[in-house]
Amino acid sequence: MTWLNEKERRIAGFAAIAFGVVALLPLVDQGYYLSISVNIVMYVVLCTAWTLFSGPTHYISLATAAFFGIGTYTVALGIDTVPFPLLLVIAALASGLLACVVGIATLRLSGIYFVIFTLGLAELVRQVVTWLQTNFSSSLGLYVFTDFGEKHIYWMLLGLAAIVYITGWLINRSRLGFAMQIIGNDETVAKHVGIDTARAKVILFIISGAFIGIVGAILAPRFSYVQPPSAFNPMISFQVVIMALLGGTKRIWGPLLGVIPFTILFDQVTAYFPNHTSFVIGIAFMAIVYLLPQGVLGRLEDLGRLRKRFRMVSAEEGNNP
Amino acid sequence: MKRRTMIKTVAAATLAGVLMASGAYAQEVIKLGASAPKSGPLAGGAEVSHWPAIKLWLHDVNARGGIDVGGKKIPVEVIEYDDRTSGEEAIKNIQRLATVDKVDFLVAPYATGLNLATAPLIAKYGYPQLAATAVTDGADDFAKRWPNSFWLLGTSASFAESVADVLVKLRDKGAIGNKVAVVNVADAFGIELMNAGKPAMEAAGFEIVYETSYPLGQQDFAPIISAAQAAEPDAFVAFSYPGDTFGLSAQAKIANLDVGAFYVGVATAFPAYLGANGAAAEGVLGAGAVNPDAPGMAEWRARHKEVTGVDADYWASAMTYSSLQILEQAINKVGSLDKAAVTEAIKGGTFDTVLGDMTLDGNVNRKFWTVGQWQGGKFYGVASTGIGGEAEPVAKNGWE
Repeated sequence: MTWLNEKERRIAGFAAIAFGVVALLPLVDQGYYLSISVNIVMYVVLCTAWTLFSGPTHYISLATAAFFGIGTYTVALGIDTVPFPLLLVIAALASGLLACVVGIATLRLSGIYFVIFTLGLAELVRQVVTWLQTNFSSSLGLYVFTDFGEKHIYWMLLGLAAIVYITGWLINRSRLGFAMQIIGNDETVAKHVGIDTARAKVILFIISGAFIGIVGAILAPRFSYVQPPSAFNPMISFQVVIMALLGGTKRIWGPLLGVIPFTILFDQVTAYFPNHTSFVIGIAFMAIVYLLPQGVLGRLEDLGRLRKRFRMVSAEEGNNP
Repeated sequence: MKRRTMIKTVAAATLAGVLMASGAYAQEVIKLGASAPKSGPLAGGAEVSHWPAIKLWLHDVNARGGIDVGGKKIPVEVIEYDDRTSGEEAIKNIQRLATVDKVDFLVAPYATGLNLATAPLIAKYGYPQLAATAVTDGADDFAKRWPNSFWLLGTSASFAESVADVLVKLRDKGAIGNKVAVVNVADAFGIELMNAGKPAMEAAGFEIVYETSYPLGQQDFAPIISAAQAAEPDAFVAFSYPGDTFGLSAQAKIANLDVGAFYVGVATAFPAYLGANGAAAEGVLGAGAVNPDAPGMAEWRARHKEVTGVDADYWASAMTYSSLQILEQAINKVGSLDKAAVTEAIKGGTFDTVLGDMTLDGNVNRKFWTVGQWQGGKFYGVASTGIGGEAEPVAKNGWE
């Protein structure tokens, strides 16, 4: 049995080269372009991890901030006593555990109920953390002082991105991925053919949550000062959904197409309309929803189809001079 | 063909013009970068205390012809970015200001969290960071960690201990008895103040008859005020944030909370507090202050209103303005735009600010206002860490 066929080997090769080139960025620029790239890679990982679960199942999860915050807090609490790599593992386990508990409890819900629950989850976790800190420690803010610079965070996030892509690819070609495709198309059918739908969804939710937790953990040293409103910022959840949907969630690399233009757009808006960000972003959202309902990915696929048709038409014309 | 040549010529001329202009630009303007919230949770506070103060200072300094650098006056230009109250945006903005816009100096970001998130980067680029809107007990540690950072607004411990001192004064006058109700918002500032304030009050012989905390963003304060009322306190102290400061005050007025001292935290010093509460604001104590009768202060406030269209608050507005005055005077003294030299000058000097003479001993301002009180439509400082000129605190006398 061969592991990879010819086409897959070529894609893997291209991907490896692309990662290699992107990883060289800190050698070229240590300033603004590195910082915006950290933001881009961060959202690429978050959106891709989100898509692992929400793409096939069509469940819109707003729990990103909850997992992200747990990762951040794991590092904030343990940075003085536990080595950093171990903290990343703990962050993954803690977020995965939360995803497991929540998944078992709620993945029988569907549609809007699940969305509302996950939105509440981030707030719930934030209040629990606040309560714990209020009652068992002297200060709410925690300091995370490390020697990590932007480039270290960038490389860690890039490494994580690679792992997320590989995981996503492995899931897609596994029994689990196949099961998810069926669930996504019709859950009732999936149940009837004997798929344990609840189990499949929970497993995927755990994987997705654990990755998001690791992102939060990697980002903690960047902020120096961690407190609940910043760690469990609901904006993260919304931005992840918007960017992932803008890109398209049918393919694992779909979110990439959303994150890059969106982050750059957001950045340009901040730079050129500092006093009207909310207003301009609102208009951008509406434009996206109206003009790209299927995301950039959907539009690209349309273009692909158009080109094929165009080629066929011109080929016919070529036959009749 | 002819048309294409013309386009080329125009393009070349434009390019040359741009290049020449940008060359001259660097010498004729001092670029000051500012990244702070214009949207997000902290935008409300920044629109009162941060942005207008920068606007006023920019107006004032350019009206003088700019900053005097070695005998030559250079006008100042401010490049503003919105950090959307988010650490990752703030970091990116500072990077952009430092490496793309290549600003000469920075206005420190707004509030403790954003100042800390950006401090490592600002230190890396060597800009002096004059944090005018951060109240933190970590000031000395941060100054050691980032020797280019300066912490102006004070420490939470002093803010809380001063509350106890003011209550003692009021007790000595017979305005209040021994029973105090204390509540706090479960967020950084509220918790730090509670942890320092409660022991200080107990040490001063006060009895805590009611104590609770509430989450940030709470809207309904009726249960807290009625529970406090049921405990029959002589004084009510809330270590609160802007939203709850307004909510608790409105509820206390509705319930006609009968106390001789009523203290609420951040935003009591905002002009909007007087606007929202009118006569009921009279006698309310709050966090931070200025001395509105100090020389020049009334004139400064009037100019603030005239230039920016909004009233300055009675606390951090003047501190933000002062931080820019310190920067300007340090540049005067050094006579160049060398960041390291200016930072050194800030360390050693005494500066003439709208808040009086200021020195930054060990990079930290040791003399600051801690408690103020609304008296006759102005917010007077009633306690400080040794500034002098404090007004006498008076009893809270009803809500009408």
